[in-house]
Amino acid sequence: MDEILDDIDRWQAAGQRVAVARVVDIEGSGPRDPGAAMAVNEEGEVAGSVSGGCVEGAVVGEALELLGGRRGPGITTFGYSDDEAFAVGLTCGGTIHLFVEELDW
Amino acid sequence: MSAESNRGSAGIYEAFRDAIRAEEPVALATIIDGPDAGAKLLVQPGEAALGTLGDPDLDRVVARDALGMLDAGISEVRHYGQHGEARQMDLSVFVECHARRPHMVIFGAVDFTRALASQAKLLGYRVTVCDAREVFATKRRFPMADEVVVDWPNRLLDRIGDDLGPRDAVCVLTHDHKFDVPAIVGALPTRVGYLGAMGSRTTHEKRTERLREAGVTDEDLERVMAPIGLDIGGRTPEETAVSIVAEIIASHTGRQAPRLRDGEGRIH
Repeated sequence: MDEILDDIDRWQAAGQRVAVARVVDIEGSGPRDPGAAMAVNEEGEVAGSVSGGCVEGAVVGEALELLGGRRGPGITTFGYSDDEAFAVGLTCGGTIHLFVEELDW
Repeated sequence: MSAESNRGSAGIYEAFRDAIRAEEPVALATIIDGPDAGAKLLVQPGEAALGTLGDPDLDRVVARDALGMLDAGISEVRHYGQHGEARQMDLSVFVECHARRPHMVIFGAVDFTRALASQAKLLGYRVTVCDAREVFATKRRFPMADEVVVDWPNRLLDRIGDDLGPRDAVCVLTHDHKFDVPAIVGALPTRVGYLGAMGSRTTHEKRTERLREAGVTDEDLERVMAPIGLDIGGRTPEETAVSIVAEIIASHTGRQAPRLRDGEGRIH
């Protein structure tokens, strides 16, 4: 979370809405521990990371869906337990659970 | 209470952000699965919690657990019943902990201390170097340390011992019974997670005699990692520092790693 605070400040000051995705659980190997976070603003700008770059692109998609009102806050999972394992997964073979929500608290 | 009503409690993020920036310990609990997904409780030691997870009993239980997790430096998902009941799976709550930096106290202002202090800084520790000899214990010799204290080990530990916890470390590098013994005796009553002492096996045998004379029990001696470090054949101060921090990591993770303490023969 620490490394995304400055960007969030800047976006909020500019009146942008912000979505935050945080790693809440990992099965098997995963590059980032629970608590790792990334933030996405309405224009798709990104701060922080939740993996070694494997799933960030897909997380931006989820964040924009959320900010666009097409999904609610909740858990998003990437990895081998996911149907789209071959489309979006961790190269290390782990499974990563993210909680995606709007920063409106 | 619904997640919507929680939206009214603006200011949680600001308090969370400010605590992280000030390096104050803070835990943020979020319901991640359940009808109130997104509801939040912000917990800081010694302060009233901010926000709510939608139930006063749940808030109380989660706040208590979050303080324990902060102490241990763990962020993870916990499961509760609607009113905070243990062993129920109704709710998944993610508790994100921002603990204070772990503290390493190094006794002895020697060459090994410079390397260990640098290595500890790399791992995010707040580092205190303490030696009773003021010609050695200077900020000039240990610019990487957060503080350099000229004092006897037991006196420093009298002052800060209550603040040491499971994530902290005390490393005794003096090689001199006059300082080693009060450092170890002073560290044993604390909750410090790692206590190591440098020296050859012969040095440690002699030190153990002195410690026993000072009233240290066998059970207490089990807590002392001596000779300090993992058995990786380290020789230089820098290599020794790696073996020490590696032993600390292994102590936290509970992994089996070859400790010098558990072996025999020369340490390098």
